[in-house]
Amino acid sequence: MPATQTSTRRFFSAEESPAVGVTVEKLSKSYGKLEVLKDLSFEVNPGEIFVLMGPSGSGKSVFLRHAIGLEAPTSGRVLINGHDVLGEDIREHVRMGLVFQAGALFNSLSVYDNLALYPREHRVGSEKQIRERVMQMLKLLSLDDTADKYPSDLSGGMRKRVAIARSLVMEPQLLLYDEPTSELDPVMSATIDEIIATLRKQYRVTSIVVSHDRDLALSIADRVGILMGGQLIYIGTPDSLKHPEDPRVADFLNPRIDLEHPRFKRT
Amino acid sequence: MNQIRTILEGVGSALRLFLRAVSYARTMPSKWEFARLIEQCYVIGYTTLPIVTILCFVIGGVLALQSGYSMESFGAQQFIGSLVGLSMARELGPMMVAILLAGRVGSAITAELASMTVSQEVDALVTMNIPPARMLVLPRLAGVLFMMPVLTVIANIVGWFGGAIVCKYTGFISVNPDQYFSTLRKYVKFKDIFDGVIKAEVFGFFVVLVCCNIGLNTRGGSREIGIAVTRAVVVSLVLILVLDYFTTKVLISIPGI
Repeated sequence: MPATQTSTRRFFSAEESPAVGVTVEKLSKSYGKLEVLKDLSFEVNPGEIFVLMGPSGSGKSVFLRHAIGLEAPTSGRVLINGHDVLGEDIREHVRMGLVFQAGALFNSLSVYDNLALYPREHRVGSEKQIRERVMQMLKLLSLDDTADKYPSDLSGGMRKRVAIARSLVMEPQLLLYDEPTSELDPVMSATIDEIIATLRKQYRVTSIVVSHDRDLALSIADRVGILMGGQLIYIGTPDSLKHPEDPRVADFLNPRIDLEHPRFKRT
Repeated sequence: MNQIRTILEGVGSALRLFLRAVSYARTMPSKWEFARLIEQCYVIGYTTLPIVTILCFVIGGVLALQSGYSMESFGAQQFIGSLVGLSMARELGPMMVAILLAGRVGSAITAELASMTVSQEVDALVTMNIPPARMLVLPRLAGVLFMMPVLTVIANIVGWFGGAIVCKYTGFISVNPDQYFSTLRKYVKFKDIFDGVIKAEVFGFFVVLVCCNIGLNTRGGSREIGIAVTRAVVVSLVLILVLDYFTTKVLISIPGI
């Protein structure tokens, strides 16, 4: 929906929000002489959970920013349902959300207002319908009692769940997650994994999850990609990841602690 | 060479931001957008009023004192009212309001928007298809355009009264308020007050635009937020002085009605 539209529309039902596919074509990004993404090409199928793993600094978050159109690539492109993500009208064709690593909640707004911002700004539904929708999302993520709280009053796990709830209010067809389980305890990480899997089941949302959480990839992903040094070195199912042939993938997923020859001393 | 490039990039970026913000002004505001406008009017107008009042009262008083001291030697004290009246209306009122706006409101705008940018709140708005220019910039620009005339007129009136009180209670001036306001009314025309309001509008608009632009282009962390705030205030102050010259030149070339 265009940002300048003045008429009010209703919320869509799950059936009216078909999942979308994502095509990454020869995507490269450089900052000066630093090449962060090198010729990435892959596809994410509609309704799929695609987990992109890789060590810190491998370009995962940069990829996400390109996938949602926050940055322009040096070359190549990202297509969502055939539309270039940098196209002016892309958000009229596809509703997509990004769950930021730190939540990126609006600190000056309460949790309720954070969630209600999108429908209010885009004039989706009446205030009563917005309240119902927001409370439904908060309930779905067990956040009912946080509606009047401010982001600064919430724990890290709650902030992540509020960020997911805020994205869900947008009725996304594509949802991207940036390190959704980082800085969380194992139980909260498992909860977030369950939420991502449930959302796919319940709302048929296509999900791209950037993470270095192996458990998350193995438990909920349909396919996993591994990014190293800006290149996609592996793409396959979680099962095939259990016995990887590439030694770099094996070392990344099951790093052995070698006190005789520590990594930080290797040349 | 790099500095010239930085300045030109800043001008281009501010211009783009202005055009984007203006492009959203054509739609009917929702009640939420209207609420944001009211909030900005409150922040820009109401919360700035006390410091504007105090400063302009003192400026008016000091102006009367200084001019009284100079004019006493050739017995022209009766014209202090016109001097203070014109100085406040045409120059000091709008200038002081703009300087206070840059220091008090402009710095706060830059700090808030820079903090939102650094903590990815602005990115979140973009992903939600809510243009930052519409939600964050337009209400501030509209707010300053509504409030600058109000603040400037109040600054003028308070400054005139500051001058009148000093004239009455300073021994070597001893001009009573009736005399003071009589010459003020005789020499200060509506055009003088109107020109001052126009200047204030121009200053306020550019201060807010520059502060928003610097805030939204901040990258890095808390150190960069501090640098951005300092830069916004310095650029605003220089801009006010430069604009003052050009707006004055244009306005005095336009004949009064």
